[in-house]
Amino acid sequence: MSYLPQILFAIALIAGIGYFTRNVKKLIRNIKLGKDIDVSDNTSLRWKNMSMIALGQSKMVKRPIAGILHIIVYLGFVIINIEVLEIIIDGLTGKHRIFSSLGSIYGFLIGTFEILAVLVLITVIIFWLRRNVIKLKRFLSSEMKGWPKSDGNIILYFEVVLMCLFLTMNATDLKFQAMDSGNIISQFIAPWFSNLPESTLHLIERTTWWLHILGILVFLNYLYFSKHLHILLAFPNTYYGKLTPKGQFNNLEAVTKEVKMMMDPNIDPFAAAPEGAEDAVPEKFGASDVQDLSWVNLLNAYTCTECGRCTSECPANQTGKKLSPRKIMMDTRDRLEEVGKNIDANNGEFKDDGKQLLGDYITNEELWACTSCNACVEACPVSIDPLNIIMQMRQYLVMEQSAAPTELNNMMTNIENNGAPWPYNQMDRLNWKNE
Amino acid sequence: MSEQLNVPTMAEYMTQGKQPEVLFWVGCAGSFDDRAKKITKAFVRLLNKANVEFAVLGTEESCTGDPAKRSGNEFLFQMQAVTNIEVLNAYEIKTIVTACPHCFNTIKNEYPGLGGNYNVMHHTQFLKNLLNDGRLTVEGGQFKGKRITFHDPCYLGRANDVYEAPRDLIRKLDAELVEMKSCKSRGLCCGAGGAQMFKEPEKGNKDVNVERTEQALETKPEIIAAGCPFCNTMMTDGVKAKERESDIEVMDIAELIANAQDL
Repeated sequence: MSYLPQILFAIALIAGIGYFTRNVKKLIRNIKLGKDIDVSDNTSLRWKNMSMIALGQSKMVKRPIAGILHIIVYLGFVIINIEVLEIIIDGLTGKHRIFSSLGSIYGFLIGTFEILAVLVLITVIIFWLRRNVIKLKRFLSSEMKGWPKSDGNIILYFEVVLMCLFLTMNATDLKFQAMDSGNIISQFIAPWFSNLPESTLHLIERTTWWLHILGILVFLNYLYFSKHLHILLAFPNTYYGKLTPKGQFNNLEAVTKEVKMMMDPNIDPFAAAPEGAEDAVPEKFGASDVQDLSWVNLLNAYTCTECGRCTSECPANQTGKKLSPRKIMMDTRDRLEEVGKNIDANNGEFKDDGKQLLGDYITNEELWACTSCNACVEACPVSIDPLNIIMQMRQYLVMEQSAAPTELNNMMTNIENNGAPWPYNQMDRLNWKNE
Repeated sequence: MSEQLNVPTMAEYMTQGKQPEVLFWVGCAGSFDDRAKKITKAFVRLLNKANVEFAVLGTEESCTGDPAKRSGNEFLFQMQAVTNIEVLNAYEIKTIVTACPHCFNTIKNEYPGLGGNYNVMHHTQFLKNLLNDGRLTVEGGQFKGKRITFHDPCYLGRANDVYEAPRDLIRKLDAELVEMKSCKSRGLCCGAGGAQMFKEPEKGNKDVNVERTEQALETKPEIIAAGCPFCNTMMTDGVKAKERESDIEVMDIAELIANAQDL
């Protein structure tokens, strides 16, 4: 008996998983380029959110058609992976369908996989039609041209091929068909091949088996380059999602320190800086590039699967403004990737490339179109918070660059001088009582 | 209209050595905006009617800092917040009610981190409590059977998950509450939030308030109810833009309740 197939299989498996691991490490390194924030609180609520939102798909079904279709593909993906486990054990040991000794349970399992495979096929075709024939508005935005559009379709083609390979593999497996248990769909495909000689059938079965597992390994490695990373990152992302009320924006600690100092009558403004503080670089307020954002913001960016629910709910986008919350997330990821590649090319250190997230990717016009209404945050099925990034970039514009629109500067001057956004005297604040 | 409104200030309470049961945070719009002042007065009439011992800060009140914060000016926000918190804490304020969801959100969620911990209520929540406690009664009056649609303010609804208090009050009027196709957690913004109220909108093909008003008009309402002075302005402008101001009114929930009792 030749061990060649087993050796080849092991090589393919190691190469596939190895390259994937390499990219996951890169992914983690890139996410860690973000500022550290403490999200270690309230673990029980975090686990609950993860199980409800990611595992339980609770927010997906807010849009019932897309939601139910997605659940089919999601279940198909998760459950059919049991089959992948068998393929891996078979491939390494040289056995054939090692779990078939389970008898009727095995038949039940494979039967379920076959039904799911057909459901996934149908669903994926509907998804393709939604993207390419029905042309749903949210898949046609300007940020969805080029790679993002192809990426969406490539994944669908991948799934069609994988499902067809799986069903053909079962249909041409004579031993499996002879068991007559679990071939609930493939028994109807088997007759298409019935006039082929046994050796050809075996060849087809082996080919589809190999293509199936190689396809899965390629798919696994495609993830890192694709919006499809959400199948993994949705879990940590929903775990680290915001727990406070949506309207609560965090208070910048660096600012609090300075404000407290300004308000404290006992502090000597001419006092010498404490030992060692002379050279300290003052903290930058807000964000102009990905390194200024938090690592949760960056995890958000990698998790985004560009479904566009945020953008379709955005009041600014609905009324023709440039802002698209989805684009904010895509830009953040694109810039982060660029920074990551820069680091790879420069022996682990970032070399200034004269670019940044603000201006080169996200424009002021987009940022100033936001009404901070939280519709995008509410809409996201995987707890992404585009508003948080928008607000940090506004902070940079206002506090580091004094680049607010004139009307807003007037408003802020009014607040500063007379405690209201309009030019009214604070002493007139109770005049309404007698009017 | 000369009317006798009883509006004591915290300073007056202080001199009498008394503490009110609640502080009414009027807010900048409620103090200075002509339309919003009517909401303020309607709410005060209800407080007077229910014999609520309330006080306002009057000239000691200052902007919460919300528009500054949402514009990105964290410095100005925190300066405002710390100053306000000093005043509120000096008066030992425990409970605050406000008719502005932006003030509500900021004081409730963003002040605690800076040393200001209060029980903060939106006026619709407060009014609902008054009704539940039997301190205030509501009859449908002129609104009985009228079609009323409620526009969810973002900073009350999505931001703080308060959806039912305003709706319960509308139902109490025996009015027909009709929902827009996007309401509650999916309610469309009026376009004023995030400091947009104070600037021209960015370039687009439509104003957000017109889009939202069109959604409201689809329900064929006689009244568009709001719970925020800024939403009120935006929706009023939207109704004007659609030339429907002759047959559709934009009213705050407090005005509905007060008018129903001819207050």
